[in-house]
Amino acid sequence: MLQILINGLILGSAYALIALGLTMVFSIMRVVNFAHGQMYMLGGFVMYYLYGQFGFPFWLALLLAGATLGVIGMAFNRFLFQPVLATSKREESSMLMAVGTALLLENVALSLFGEKQRGVPTLIDGVLILNDGDAYLPYSNLAVALISIGFIVALLLFVQYTKPGRALRAVAQDKEAALLQGVNVKFITTLGFAIGAALAGIAGGLLVTLYGVNAGVGTNISTKAFIMIMIGGAGVTSGAIVGGFVLGMAEAIGYDLLPSSMTYLLIFVAMIVFLIFKPNGLFGKPWG
Amino acid sequence: MKLDKRRDFSVILLILGVLVVLPLGIGHSRYLMSVLMNCAGVAVIASGVWLTFCIGRINICQAGFALIGGYVTAILIAKAGLSFWIALPLSCLASALCGALIGSVILKLKGIYFSMLTICLTEAIRLAFLNGGDLTQGSKGITGLPQPFSGDSALPLYYLGIALLAIALGVVWRVHYSRLGGIFRAMRLNEDLAESFGVNVWRYRIMAFSIACALGGLGGSYFSVFTQSIYPQSFTVEHSIYYMLFCFLGGLEYVSGAMIGAFALTILFELLQDFQQYQSLIYGVLMIVVMLTLPNGLMALRGFSFSLPFRKGEAK
Repeated sequence: MLQILINGLILGSAYALIALGLTMVFSIMRVVNFAHGQMYMLGGFVMYYLYGQFGFPFWLALLLAGATLGVIGMAFNRFLFQPVLATSKREESSMLMAVGTALLLENVALSLFGEKQRGVPTLIDGVLILNDGDAYLPYSNLAVALISIGFIVALLLFVQYTKPGRALRAVAQDKEAALLQGVNVKFITTLGFAIGAALAGIAGGLLVTLYGVNAGVGTNISTKAFIMIMIGGAGVTSGAIVGGFVLGMAEAIGYDLLPSSMTYLLIFVAMIVFLIFKPNGLFGKPWG
Repeated sequence: MKLDKRRDFSVILLILGVLVVLPLGIGHSRYLMSVLMNCAGVAVIASGVWLTFCIGRINICQAGFALIGGYVTAILIAKAGLSFWIALPLSCLASALCGALIGSVILKLKGIYFSMLTICLTEAIRLAFLNGGDLTQGSKGITGLPQPFSGDSALPLYYLGIALLAIALGVVWRVHYSRLGGIFRAMRLNEDLAESFGVNVWRYRIMAFSIACALGGLGGSYFSVFTQSIYPQSFTVEHSIYYMLFCFLGGLEYVSGAMIGAFALTILFELLQDFQQYQSLIYGVLMIVVMLTLPNGLMALRGFSFSLPFRKGEAK
């Protein structure tokens, strides 16, 4: 039981980081970044090459993974999403654009890196034995969870207390009003997209140390991220964090009792039932 | 609107006409016939997605319903020993019922929520068949389905595909260019306003969604006898996304949009055989380019604006 709880919390903290990035982009642009999972995957590959192959220090490689994805996110936003958002008459357009970028990233990665599963050496060796062998907690998992939580806290502080952070919140609340207050909406939107993408990259870079990465994980991760933000409510920070932990716990419990494909079937069914009663998630506002 | 409708009708008629006489020229080539059968099946499924675009929902679970149709057909033929001709309408019906049931729950979600949920739904349906035990035979799938037609010729199956396509287009046409279509448009533009005018929004969107799912089931059923097998991997999220791309490429304002997109892309990729391994990559790039340059689809292009010489009003 303790083991399940630990697994759930570890998974949950990493998942919360993934969901935060997605929810950030959504709250600012009203675009669901379908390529979020693919960005996660790219972050994993950057980490694999820099940290695993070229022997960069872990921290530097992790930040570079975030920065790489941040730049990609910025470029996507500037050259793909902004023009579509500016000209399209139907709201579907930006979504299809997002799906297109997801397909593109995934297949570029498949061509470049192949389908092989890659891994990197774990961060710290050793296992923490709790409660006289009742539960095992590898130090590397603990480190990943702590680093994730660190990033989450840093992001929340940034959004809450800095000037660009306030501007981000203003744009998320009301674009026009923010514009009237002298916020450079275009810059802030790009910043938001970059942060969202960078969070995906950092999450990918962190989790590659535990689970490895292959070019095909993107859709899977995106689906999980969708579940998390639907549970918590799209565009709400607290919702993303809660959604991440809920899904992490659900997975940990499910994997303990059932085969993995059955677990996910049940999670999907549970989510659909949940959305009947709370169509906007736990904390979400009605959104049309 | 009148002109658009005439153009739409002309294109449908022209393509169906060409498809009917084409076997005279290429009937000897099994390969070309199978490409066209593939196109027809995909177009049937995609026209369902097109219909859900009509009510302003982005449907990414069409592959799931195609999978339901395919499995119902396969199970009825292989396990219950029914003939294909009973299995085909039954699988269409089964998909429609599943669609109505699931739709009554999920259709109150809008926009992004609906799309995200439908992606999850495609996965859920795939996992359900994967975990279906003896009935669906897990990841092995159901193989070795008998051909519905005796004899070696591909022609009957080909014409079945064309007939299904004609039925699908007929249904969508009938829905789109009738009062029902007007209601759907009203719901797409402003659901609350439509409701305040006395439209029973709940009923109509379930109606649209179950018709769409029925078309998915029809196409899935056709594919399962065409390929004589069905696996959980036969229809995945990726396929759902392709169907959406077909609709967008063809144009969301024209009934023929889904068909044009499906034929154009499927045939294009058969021509580019050498690039088969990059198919998804090219789809991704194409999707981005289409969104940037052709926001209203191929049918809206100027150069494409031909129309058969109907007199006004003749094309219904």
